[in-house]
Amino acid sequence: MPAKKSTRKSNISGEELLEHYKNMLMIRRFEEKAGQLYGMGVIGGFCHLYIGQEAVVVGLEAAAKEGDSRLTSYRDHGHMLACGMDPKGVMAELTGREGGYSRGKGGSMHMFSTEKKFYGGHGIVAAQVPIGAGLAFAEKYNGTDNVSFTYFGDGAANQGQVYEAFNMASLWKIPVVFVIENNQYAMGTSLERASSTPDLYTRGEAFNIPGEAVDGMNVLAVKEAGERAVAHCRAGNGPYILGVKTYRYRGHSMSDPAKYRTREEVQKMKEERDPIDNIREMIEQGKHATADELKAIDKEIKAVVSEAADFAQTSPEPSVDELYTDILR
Amino acid sequence: MAIQILMPALSPTMEEGTLAKWLVKEGDIVQSGDIMAEIETDKATMEFEAVDEGTIGKILIAEGTEGVAVNTAIAVLLEDGEDASAADTVEAPSPTADAPVTEEATTAPAQAITPVDVPMEDIPEGTTFTSTTVREALRDAMAEEMRREEKVFLMGEEVGQYQGAYKVSQGLLDEFGEKRVIDTPITEHGFAGLAVGAAFGGLNPIVEFMTFNFAMQAIDHIINSAAKTLYMSGGQMGCPMVFRGPNGAASRVGAQHSQCYAAWYAQIPGLKVVMPYSAADAKGLLKSAIRDPNPVIFLENEMIYGTSFDVPDLEDFTVPIGKAKIWREGEDVTLVSFGIGMKYALEAADKLAEEGISAEVVDLRSIRPIDYDTVLNSVKKTNRCVTVEEGFPVASIGNHLSAVIMERAFDYLDAPVINCTGKDVPMPYAANLEKLALVTTDEVIAAVKQVTYR
Repeated sequence: MPAKKSTRKSNISGEELLEHYKNMLMIRRFEEKAGQLYGMGVIGGFCHLYIGQEAVVVGLEAAAKEGDSRLTSYRDHGHMLACGMDPKGVMAELTGREGGYSRGKGGSMHMFSTEKKFYGGHGIVAAQVPIGAGLAFAEKYNGTDNVSFTYFGDGAANQGQVYEAFNMASLWKIPVVFVIENNQYAMGTSLERASSTPDLYTRGEAFNIPGEAVDGMNVLAVKEAGERAVAHCRAGNGPYILGVKTYRYRGHSMSDPAKYRTREEVQKMKEERDPIDNIREMIEQGKHATADELKAIDKEIKAVVSEAADFAQTSPEPSVDELYTDILR
Repeated sequence: MAIQILMPALSPTMEEGTLAKWLVKEGDIVQSGDIMAEIETDKATMEFEAVDEGTIGKILIAEGTEGVAVNTAIAVLLEDGEDASAADTVEAPSPTADAPVTEEATTAPAQAITPVDVPMEDIPEGTTFTSTTVREALRDAMAEEMRREEKVFLMGEEVGQYQGAYKVSQGLLDEFGEKRVIDTPITEHGFAGLAVGAAFGGLNPIVEFMTFNFAMQAIDHIINSAAKTLYMSGGQMGCPMVFRGPNGAASRVGAQHSQCYAAWYAQIPGLKVVMPYSAADAKGLLKSAIRDPNPVIFLENEMIYGTSFDVPDLEDFTVPIGKAKIWREGEDVTLVSFGIGMKYALEAADKLAEEGISAEVVDLRSIRPIDYDTVLNSVKKTNRCVTVEEGFPVASIGNHLSAVIMERAFDYLDAPVINCTGKDVPMPYAANLEKLALVTTDEVIAAVKQVTYR
């Protein structure tokens, strides 16, 4: 991806930078731990890590307000942490334990929090897109000015139901922010091998939905774009598309042989474009925190993640009675 | 030579209609394409155009006449040079005379279902009843629930301005407005998903599929998004909504538009599945479905939309989901059916009674959950069972019931259970083949005779 260094003079407060830093670092450390637990066999099945993409959800959550809803695909751990869900509950769901958000019955891809208005975790590629439009439809129906952040990947962007949702969202002026998290690989198929057009933010043009390209490795750029998007939606103008270019460092899931890209490509991205390193540099350059303070933040986050991992391994498996509960209300 | 103008069939299932208005009078000259009359079917009011040129010699059916059968002569058209006297001498053409008819089947359209006396349970004594079509009963149920709860809304193709592709939502747009009666683009996958999201967001959508054949485009959302979320969220959030619309074979619409999905949806934990026969059950079950906190599949049938049944005049009449109904009691055999299958089961029971065989007829009404107890208790009494449904035979509801009966009432059986179903073929278009592809009353009677060793 072309390195688009921000040329804007930053007038962002140190406090805000530190907040973004903490939120992104939390996701990264959590995901690293999840990867480790997977390797130990404590987490089973599918486990899709968000490492590399942290700036997308952290930037957009900074543009959200109380009452907004969000939902995403199966790569959902970062979204849950960013909207304030408890890392213990998320990690314990990954291990399939009673203390998990779905009491162990959902797993990595299927968690929800009505309290935080996080509506999943969806395992079917693109199914969350019309659902996200429906959440926003409910906001409009109820007369609120809340929006729904509907995240999906570059792979999902080729699904037909995305365009069905675009059409209805535009037709009915539904306040939904469609966030295309373009990490450039749909599982192992690169964007150029799967998409007839490289600029996914233009995918709404046929439906009269404005879209913009966003540097997804820059949390501040994401936040600003998010603010424009929600302003558009809250004002009753209908949906908005953010084509956010990002990069996933890890494989699609844990069993990814990574034959479809070079090690050098990944390494270059990590070295030159890492969203956490970038913000850390800004903090250091602006002298918003001392090296010791940053170290303390790191330590604090590691402690939270480690506590979550302990909880996730000591929380009991769900009672066998749970097999037959929650099928019907 | 004078030409008879015949009452046209304006839909696949139309058998009769109302000649609402003549737009021409005797003596008028018409060109082909001129609109001659307005004809009201049970679905819509349609304009009727002239095909030939000529002078209207005689109007045979006055405007306002109801129940005019398809192919009845309604007027006589005189060709150039003919005078009015020719109108009196014209002979009726025979529309089906040229079609060679095979032995077993006729080309006659399926017969209208005549109103049936409905056994009513849990109805207070002294309740009065109004004869109501299934179509009206469904509309009344939706209107009542929409009045009761602001969060209930209807969305689907042609539910608003068009008043419903099958006229089920007639009048709802006028009463509830565009916010709550929403015409969608033809995008089943998309609007089903959108409605699931609205339900996650706290609303109670009713999604109308123009037919359940089209719901196959949306089945991922029905099953993966709607049915499984309560479980996957550990009970945190469910999907309180209804997916409804006509299901099963209509008439002469071919393979892609004629399939029963009862067995498909019956398989899915997390769904409730309802398939009523009578108008009272349609109303009472739809009201229950709309109030239910779970996703409910509500399977209707176009062939019985126009059938009238008694519906109790109660302010808030509901029928519980998951409870079967015994339509008639009997001693010799249990007939278990649901939806339009009940028509064949009841007809068979009537004919069997004439031969001294007493059949008990159980209407499942709900396919999930199934009221096993009512079925098993009946089988334990009669010791014989025949199931009747229009769906495909493999992995049918009847197959499932047979297994349950075998497991739980084996020692009571005096004969193997027989499943009468639709045939294992895509629905053919030809009238004779279509009739053969569906389950028939005669097949039900034959099955009963087999299990009763008559």
